[in-house]
Amino acid sequence: MLLRPARTLRDHPLVARYAPVLTMVLALVAIWYVAAVAMNWSLVRDGFEREETPYAMSDVLAGTMDAERPLLPAPHQIASAFLDSVFGYPPLAPRSLVYHSLVTLSATLLGFLLGALFGIVLALLIVHSRVLERSLLPWIICSQMVPVLALAPIFIVVLGALGLHGLLPKSIISAYLCFFPVAIGMVKGFISPDPLQLELMRTWSATPRQVLWKLRWPASVPYLFASLKVAVTISLIGAIVAELPTGAEAGIGARLLSGSYYGQTVQLWSALVAAAVLSSALIALIGLIERETGRRMGAH
Amino acid sequence: MPKPSLSIPDEPIADHAPRRLVVDAQSISLTFDTADGRVEALSDVNLQVAEGEFVSFIGPSGCGKTTMLRVIADLQQPSSGTLMVNGMSAEGARLARSYGYVFQAPALFPWRTIEKNLKLPLEIMGYSEIEQQQRVERYLSMVNLTGFERKFPWQLSGGMQQRVSIARALSFDPALLLMDEPFGALDEIVRDHLNEQLLQLWKSTGKTVLFVTHSIPEAVFLSTRIVVMSPRPGRIIDVIDCDFPAERSLEIRETPEFLKVAQRVRNGLRAGHSYDE
Repeated sequence: MLLRPARTLRDHPLVARYAPVLTMVLALVAIWYVAAVAMNWSLVRDGFEREETPYAMSDVLAGTMDAERPLLPAPHQIASAFLDSVFGYPPLAPRSLVYHSLVTLSATLLGFLLGALFGIVLALLIVHSRVLERSLLPWIICSQMVPVLALAPIFIVVLGALGLHGLLPKSIISAYLCFFPVAIGMVKGFISPDPLQLELMRTWSATPRQVLWKLRWPASVPYLFASLKVAVTISLIGAIVAELPTGAEAGIGARLLSGSYYGQTVQLWSALVAAAVLSSALIALIGLIERETGRRMGAH
Repeated sequence: MPKPSLSIPDEPIADHAPRRLVVDAQSISLTFDTADGRVEALSDVNLQVAEGEFVSFIGPSGCGKTTMLRVIADLQQPSSGTLMVNGMSAEGARLARSYGYVFQAPALFPWRTIEKNLKLPLEIMGYSEIEQQQRVERYLSMVNLTGFERKFPWQLSGGMQQRVSIARALSFDPALLLMDEPFGALDEIVRDHLNEQLLQLWKSTGKTVLFVTHSIPEAVFLSTRIVVMSPRPGRIIDVIDCDFPAERSLEIRETPEFLKVAQRVRNGLRAGHSYDE
């Protein structure tokens, strides 16, 4: 096939790839601005009237774009507040969003690690014993039916009474949420080998341990990464939720809490952006490891 | 119901001293219950295979040829009868790694390179690194796949993959090679080619081969003995010796001798079918 230069801009591969996404983003931003004007309008107008200063429509319009405590902050307000709280302070200052993100990130990662390990161990037990499958599976499913928002304070109080504070209780709540997709995914992964492959192992009289390490484990790698991607976002949510009832003084959850106490909507939103950035970065990281692992394992 | 005929030759086919029996099956039966009732997968099967023989099992599907192979491999247990494999019980033979098994599908491990696939049984059996490497080289060259060590299975054609799985089955030097329709999924040209290669391999290694097929020419071309089986119940209805010269090529399939044996196999298969109706 002849390689021809794209005839029109629309045919350009970059345009073809990114134009739809960009259009959606621009449309959302536009809707957001309109919504910001509509939602903040009466707030700003009331402000002018309270101070009894004469105002024009254009003053109100301008006001909706940079109100101090808007109902809905405009996108540029969130962006500048986010950038300011990320770059405006030394990374470990209590007002730096970097600091708070790191606090939440450490609880997330520890919880993710604990949860993923626990999930894998559970999956192993379930795959190797029918009895355990019948006795464990209902409890595993039940565990996810209780809202974590209700459980978190109980965990915090009980663990606090045991002398555990700070990082570990948060991580345990995060692990409690994220072990589930890993356990379910890995059960599926461990039973994914082809019956022929299992029979081959039998003809070589492989030990159960060899069957696990040389067949079941490598066969379950695609399932592992799929469930880890789900688990890592859930563990971030778990860590943030765990910061709410503790009245933690640091972390993204703490920023959300204090933002809502004091009506600091801009702070609320920038904490939200930080959480989104964090979870996207974590998923991207796992995606990267997945691709590298896949390359080594002959994926095509 | 006529008693299933036992056509095991009284005299060993070999012209020298009687050879050691690698498979000795005495009235093997296997029944299992399904939702549709009791199925007699094997009924009173007697079979003796001497060292170095190439024995093919042929018959329509459901005749128990694969089941017989699986029973010998201790992948399934017979309901009754006695079975000795390489002088041991079937389970003992499996635990002693006395046989290599080749399935219809290559069943390579997709995340391992060709080299690593060949090493898998060797790793499991605890061979040293050096020994593993030497055997990979030896058996890859035996199936003409030298140079493909670092490829992944998906980069090879179906025929090449099946050659890897044959090399894998031979890599730990088992006494017996069990092959369950190994070329059944391949096209005829590749199949012919692999038949010639397998014949060479059998001659150079001197292995005892048990080979399940549903192709008459394939069975006649490869075997020293052909076991014709029939379904419901699965049983042996004829055992045919064929002793074509060791140096034979695919052209032998046009000779009258070849066609005569093929005709006898076909008659056997037909008899088995009419018995059904």
